[in-house]
Amino acid sequence: MAVKLDSVGPVSEDAGTESEAVSAVSAEEPVDGPIRSKPPTRLRRPDHSVEIVSDSGEGAQKCGQIFGAVSAKMGNGVWTVEIIPAEVEPPPRSLAGASGIRIRLGDRPVTNWGDETDLVVAFNEQVLLGRHRLNSLREGATILLEKMWATHPDDSIRAQWNEALEELSAAGYRIIEVPMEEECLTVVENARRGKNMFVLGMLCWIFDRDLERAREQIADAFRKKSDAVVERNHRLLDLGWRWAAENLDEQIEVPVMESDQEMVVMNGNEAIALGAIASGMELAAMYPITPATSVSHSLGEIFQRFGGVLHQAEDEIAAAGVAIGGSYAGRCAFTITSGPGLALKTEFLGLAVMTETPLVLVDVQRGGPSTGLPTKVEQSDLLAALYGQPGDAPKIVLAPATIEECFHAMITARRLAELFRAVVIVLSDANLATGVAPFPRPDPQAAWFGLPPDQSPVPENGRPYDWDAETGLSDRFIPGRPEGMHTVTGLAHDERSKVAYDSAINERASAARSRKLAAFGSTLRPPPVHGDPEGDLLVVGWGSTRGAIEEAVDRARADGMKVSSTHLTFLSPLPPDLGELFSRFDRVMTVEINYSDAPDAPFVTPENRRRGQLSMLLRSATLVDVDCWTRVRGEPLRPGAIHTAIRERLQ
Amino acid sequence: MSCSLMHLLEEDDRTFEMDDYAGPVARWCSGCGDHSVLTSVQRVLAAADAKPERTVFVSGIGCSSRFPHYLRTYGFHGIHGRALPLSTGVKLSRPELDVWVVMGDGDCVSIGAGHWIHAVRYNVDMTALMLDNNIYGLTKKQTSPTTPQGYASNTQPYGSWLPALNPLEATLGVTNASFVAQTAEWLPAHLMATLQAAHAHEGFSWVRILQRCPHFTADLFGDVVKDPSRVELLVHDERGIQAPALDRMIEHRVTHDPLDLDRARELARPSDRIRLGLFYHDPSLPRYEETRELPRHTVTEKMALLEQELDRHAV
Repeated sequence: MAVKLDSVGPVSEDAGTESEAVSAVSAEEPVDGPIRSKPPTRLRRPDHSVEIVSDSGEGAQKCGQIFGAVSAKMGNGVWTVEIIPAEVEPPPRSLAGASGIRIRLGDRPVTNWGDETDLVVAFNEQVLLGRHRLNSLREGATILLEKMWATHPDDSIRAQWNEALEELSAAGYRIIEVPMEEECLTVVENARRGKNMFVLGMLCWIFDRDLERAREQIADAFRKKSDAVVERNHRLLDLGWRWAAENLDEQIEVPVMESDQEMVVMNGNEAIALGAIASGMELAAMYPITPATSVSHSLGEIFQRFGGVLHQAEDEIAAAGVAIGGSYAGRCAFTITSGPGLALKTEFLGLAVMTETPLVLVDVQRGGPSTGLPTKVEQSDLLAALYGQPGDAPKIVLAPATIEECFHAMITARRLAELFRAVVIVLSDANLATGVAPFPRPDPQAAWFGLPPDQSPVPENGRPYDWDAETGLSDRFIPGRPEGMHTVTGLAHDERSKVAYDSAINERASAARSRKLAAFGSTLRPPPVHGDPEGDLLVVGWGSTRGAIEEAVDRARADGMKVSSTHLTFLSPLPPDLGELFSRFDRVMTVEINYSDAPDAPFVTPENRRRGQLSMLLRSATLVDVDCWTRVRGEPLRPGAIHTAIRERLQ
Repeated sequence: MSCSLMHLLEEDDRTFEMDDYAGPVARWCSGCGDHSVLTSVQRVLAAADAKPERTVFVSGIGCSSRFPHYLRTYGFHGIHGRALPLSTGVKLSRPELDVWVVMGDGDCVSIGAGHWIHAVRYNVDMTALMLDNNIYGLTKKQTSPTTPQGYASNTQPYGSWLPALNPLEATLGVTNASFVAQTAEWLPAHLMATLQAAHAHEGFSWVRILQRCPHFTADLFGDVVKDPSRVELLVHDERGIQAPALDRMIEHRVTHDPLDLDRARELARPSDRIRLGLFYHDPSLPRYEETRELPRHTVTEKMALLEQELDRHAV
């Protein structure tokens, strides 16, 4: 059995800080554990990041997901991010082919993937070298490296190994060579299918994880496989644990949080799927596209138990059309896509706006333009979401900032879509999509699920677009409602839905569609400020970057800088009083994962400078000189980089 | 039980006349084939006592897509080529609604061709009409995929470069096609009988209606309208489309069993005469909405199921 944390003995006094809290303690030996000559050193770390990198198909992600889930269940703050190559099977042992996962553990809730990695487990030296060259590893990081390549019969592989090791050693890492292949072959014939569970075992020893929980988690992860598969993976887990116990000399303790709050753990796309179900929507239409597709994988498995239909349409356009048709008929439907799909759905979104048909669209953003970076994060669809349609097409746009918000955003989106007869776009991104973190367990409410289609007769002389002069709102005549027969149309139309090219009607109808946004906006509150309500710099963000931004702001404030941040959930309509909020700071700067010209780049002037998308929006809305700091590196923002940017702005 | 299902159980013995489905006066050109189709559709609805509030007409863009505006039912006048995804969504959401789709040739076999192929395969229960005048009318005489080779238009003034697409052959080539028919607006008896059979079919009924455009293709079908010997009817004693009014008028007939797919494909090939009738009809094929139909749960049941899902993710 695993060593229990509370049986370990004393730990250093200054635990909980960033300092090098080292204490060598003698761990009680597990009942069936090994006899070691010297007790391991036990390092206490409030914050520790692990990366597992391999060739595609070696199961690094499954290993990391299980490790993350076990850690969350034991009470650590956890955030995991998948490292995904664009190809299904990139060439093995290639720098760019690294497939894997980063798991950041903390003694408090973890909201982002952090900066560099403290511990790396690599299945070959080439993928490791790829991560090193991307500056993903902390100085002096510990590396557990599969050593089979050092003695590989192929001369060129041995040469690659030697070159790589030279470069990595020069970088000052602590490299430990591990005979993963050799060990795994004692249990399985093909070590490629099994190394990941061996690695999980090693990590469980290093971080003193509860092996029983790991076994449960393995059984759940392989629930569709035979008992023999689960049993084999359990043996590999034990093997890895035992190897680490016998051969490694350092254990890491990340203190756990005490909490009575019930938590759930999942990734952002699973949260969107469950949130959609909780919103009562019963029809999802989609076409496969990375990184949105895994929402439909979740739905594919569970949606029909709730009476829901997941329709995989013939293309992105049809997916939008099916969802709009379903909503038109009285049951609010949704479609799921990513950038290129959003582009294809453009015309249908315009139709939904014009006919005032409720629609929820989830855009899990990736790098663009065009096919761009299919598996990597970007926040470049903001303006396309707001302004993608030819003609004036007011829509509600919101962006969840956390995995928890992915769940609740869907419930909000459905309500708003129906209440305002509106298109609601939910902007998630690749960071949230595959990021896994625990959050408070949602408490399902009957009201979330909405009502069945209204089939009551329409009032006498009722009109299908009886726009309220103030709010622009009108009652919808759903098919089946007696005496409500009318034809909705993408053509300009009057209150009775009759085609009308009359100028006055067109202005009235345009105003009504727009007024709905202002009416909804009037119910929003100004966004909360993280930090002091006034100061030298206000950082403004949106979407998945909130955790990294707030962590950076906290560090900067600890350094004495007068910086605060605020985060926008609603991008359309914008919340009120932003101008007043901005006026309390000397400078305002957005932080975004999209492209902007550097102010000093060749030919760039203040007029022609292309800025971060939110900063463009805020400048036009507030007339404040909102600056931006943006990156398009195909990875989530690192708090350290934001911290540096803040420091530079304030110098 | 949802309100919509309650509605089904209510006693409803209303009967309807053609006028009950009449909307505003249609604004198509005089002599346009669309008028004839509209009248026939109203007659079919009246004959079936279709409840206006439970009938939905979905259309794309083009002259014929104004169709829903001229009916007193629910209607969704959509965007060019995309009527079929909309109607599929309506039916997946509310299978109890009676759904019709009206498309032009540009809608169905050009900009919306992808949806056409897949809608045939989905075989969702709806009546889909392709009003084929061999030309783009609303945008004023551009070549359509069904424009005959050599026929001049504003975009191909030296004549259409390629042989016309044959929508019948293409539709009959799609897996799971369940009802494929061709008729003509100038033969109201045949049109009416075809629409009735299509409406009665449980599955995706695809009907190509040949029609004249008095402005831009008046010459294309003019000879055929005047000379019934240019038409050949597909007939079958038990399973065909029965239009006795045409017995004397049209002499050319070919007996065809609508269950014979290979023969249907042969008959769909271009020939000297225009063939009208039921090319293929198999009511036994799977309907997509039927395969996807699921029991509806109460909110309480759904909440319990959601708790179970959350348990799976519990820390």
